[in-house]
Amino acid sequence: MNQLSRISWKEISFRQSITFGLLWLLPLVFLGIFYFFPLGSILKTSFERGDSGIAAPFFEAIQSESVRQVLWFTIWQAALSTLLTLAIGLPGAYLLARYEFRGKSLFQALSTVPFVIPTVVVAAAFYALLGPRGWLNLAAMRIFGLNAAPIHLTNTIYAILLAHIFYNTTIVLRMVGDFWSHIDPRLNQAARTLGANRTETFFKVTLPLIGPAITAAALLVFIFDFTSFGVILILGGPHFATLEVEIYYQTISLFNLPLAAVLSLLQLGCTLAMTIIYTRLSRKLTRPLQLRSRRFTQKRLTTWRSRLFAGVVIITLMVILITPLLALAMRSFARFEPERGERVVESPGFTVDFYRELSINRRSSLFYVPPTTAIGISLAYAAVTVILALAIGIPAAWALTRHSGLSLNRFLDPVLMLPLGTSAVTLGLGFIIALNRPPFDLRASPILVPIAHTLVAFPFVVRSLTPALRSIQPRLRQAAATLGASPGHVFRNVDLPLIGRALIVAATFAFTISLGEFGATALISRPEYPTIPLVIYRFISQPGAINYGQAMALSTILMVVAAGGLIAIERLRIADVGEF
Amino acid sequence: MNSPAALRITNIFKAFADKQVLTGITFDISSGEIVALLGPSGCGKSTLLSIIAGIEKQDDGKIYWMGAPLDHVPPHRRGFGLMFQDNVLFPHMNVFENVAFGLKMSGMEKDSIQVKVADTLELVGLLGLENRDVNSLSGGEQQRVALARALAPQPRLLMLDEPLGSIDRSLRERLMSELRRILRQMQQTAIYVTHDQEEAFTIADRIVLMRQGKVEQIGKPEEIYRQPATLFTARFLGLTNLIPGIARAENNQHFVDTSLGSFPISKPLQGPVTVLIRPDSATLNGHSGVLLQGKLVEKTFRGNLCQVRISFDEIEFNFNFLSNSDLANEGEDIQLSLDPQDAIIAFNSGPDLETNRRN
Repeated sequence: MNQLSRISWKEISFRQSITFGLLWLLPLVFLGIFYFFPLGSILKTSFERGDSGIAAPFFEAIQSESVRQVLWFTIWQAALSTLLTLAIGLPGAYLLARYEFRGKSLFQALSTVPFVIPTVVVAAAFYALLGPRGWLNLAAMRIFGLNAAPIHLTNTIYAILLAHIFYNTTIVLRMVGDFWSHIDPRLNQAARTLGANRTETFFKVTLPLIGPAITAAALLVFIFDFTSFGVILILGGPHFATLEVEIYYQTISLFNLPLAAVLSLLQLGCTLAMTIIYTRLSRKLTRPLQLRSRRFTQKRLTTWRSRLFAGVVIITLMVILITPLLALAMRSFARFEPERGERVVESPGFTVDFYRELSINRRSSLFYVPPTTAIGISLAYAAVTVILALAIGIPAAWALTRHSGLSLNRFLDPVLMLPLGTSAVTLGLGFIIALNRPPFDLRASPILVPIAHTLVAFPFVVRSLTPALRSIQPRLRQAAATLGASPGHVFRNVDLPLIGRALIVAATFAFTISLGEFGATALISRPEYPTIPLVIYRFISQPGAINYGQAMALSTILMVVAAGGLIAIERLRIADVGEF
Repeated sequence: MNSPAALRITNIFKAFADKQVLTGITFDISSGEIVALLGPSGCGKSTLLSIIAGIEKQDDGKIYWMGAPLDHVPPHRRGFGLMFQDNVLFPHMNVFENVAFGLKMSGMEKDSIQVKVADTLELVGLLGLENRDVNSLSGGEQQRVALARALAPQPRLLMLDEPLGSIDRSLRERLMSELRRILRQMQQTAIYVTHDQEEAFTIADRIVLMRQGKVEQIGKPEEIYRQPATLFTARFLGLTNLIPGIARAENNQHFVDTSLGSFPISKPLQGPVTVLIRPDSATLNGHSGVLLQGKLVEKTFRGNLCQVRISFDEIEFNFNFLSNSDLANEGEDIQLSLDPQDAIIAFNSGPDLETNRRN
């Protein structure tokens, strides 16, 4: 059976099409109400303001030199960031896929931490490390007796690239590493004995096989970098603007909603195009592989060569991924009290004041929420998001892979990725405009936040599940079916155990995205139910060392909470997973 | 013997983590010879193969090809082919590309590759399937492609790791004889790893029987079958007519006393031993040699052979006779005579019995 060819409805039985329809029902209703309806509302609102026809704002935008510049910058910085992220992430993915070593789950959890850190905090962390008064500059000034900071990285493209690598390497580690870990190492051995050296084996055998996973990961990384917001805004300074930043400026600062709408349409168009290219590509690349158990594919670090490799990879990744976080954590315990006019700061003193301040409502603010409550709110939102995202993600991924040649699927596949390419600002604004009146008056409901998080997490969930589902040999399902298993049984007893790892990856994504999401949450959450990133933002947007220190302290707490949640998910393994 | 050793394996040791996998493996393979590595799963056969291929590195010992050590030769320069048990074809290539892979790696020209692939596919009986997707082939076809892929670059040594392990019985028998024909025809030097004695007997010129990381016995198939050196070998070959006894010497002759009586043996053994009575060396109603009186319990017709279960008080043994033999009916008494030279072999028991229980 060739599952990759185009098929029509006629080849599917009536019962199959009913199942198929039911699978799509929930995801499509969800997307319809919480994505397309708000999006339609905001676009309608925006275009109503223009008087010279519906197409006029488009011509205006395209003709504008500044918009073209923004578009060009958005594309090349995203491409470069993606390439660098792959270069850093692939050796790590190989290490995780092929070797078993002590502290591996800790390493995996640590490498995922950056992903859950809100953009404001990442920016703060890089400032704490590389900024004019960051640790590196302080150290350099001390050692070489300089008066001015020698390292100028903030407000440069390098800071942006570094932050993007910092953010997205975990996507490559997770998606590629997980897929790679199930590929039979004997394929490489066969190539070696047929006369291929290591390089040839990699390019002719390994790379084509893990291609789908790399493409999927690269696409996600690219879209993330393409729609990058906080990093560009804070670390890039006023010289750099991606489409997303421009949409924000146009919406918030200039209130030019028509242009903002046009830009978000432009952004949507680009993401859609990328997604279509990706789905075409992945369909060509994906083959039913015989996935092997990790017990079979992974070995210990026994040779000095593998130990050296592991050492270099782990140290490199830890330096890139953990140093900024350490700088941040240390900053939350450090007090700088430089005298006015003095350039070189004395060695910082240790303090826990910032943490103590967290529970003190100094200004008697009405909206004061203790950080402990914010942590509870964040965790509750994250839990609901995991449930919602899996509830709509599993049927969607299942329907997508079941009859992948079907035209409906060919159409829906890229549509599912749309929320990812939609700016958080647009999404939040859409919720406010569309969901404030019957039939969907959800403005006051706290459920709105996890729904927004689910929209953001949904594409990740689907993308994490489809490669594993697609790679299950059709024969296996047919075997189960001929043994008298109903489609439900087949899913429970064949698909579910086989995609267990992918499910855990998907849940991890949903959980961490919810914890770290900032843009949409900032617009739609009720002031009395703030998440951790919002509280951090409140602190960081107020001047003064105490507020900055509290932001650092709370960021450190978020970091710990996120890492704890991740380790919990890692430990929570479904029975028999990985032992098929 | 006749030709010098092509591959020489000397004193190979290998341990994984805390587990000793190979202990002092030593044997030679002559040019054009097919050697079977035979043994139960987990005895270290595949690890040895990986070491010869250069995929794993031995802890100690040396491997030589035509007298030159292979220690620092990477797998892709050894010129050894390796064929695996189940489908390890490149799933992203069609049949032609799979078979052509090794030829491309050796830098062969396109036209020559075309010819060579066609020749090889013809040899394995798959001519015309060049453009097929390997995932759409049957198990037997996939194994033929795997064989063709391993054969095409004309490896100096071909290693086959349980190549027929995952294939059903009737197809396996056909492929087995085909494999034998192809390997002989090409005068291919080969190592054939299997846990199936029948495969090893059919294909190999010589058998290296392995057990728990050590060489148990080396010999031609008929030697090993006729003269198993140890109790383990006997059991592994499916020889189950075993009875414990005490060996003693009397006038320079050796005997074993068992509950079935006293048997003369050729080996100078003393003390507790286990005696093997060969199932295919008994004669009906004979009067010379050792005589055994028993009761026929069951007759099983197996084509030209008839398997007979005979009880001797507490012990039951199996014997094979030609189907046209004049056999008693079930429940009747039966008398056998055994030629002690041929039918009775004694082994030191003790530790062997102990360790055998685990296999």
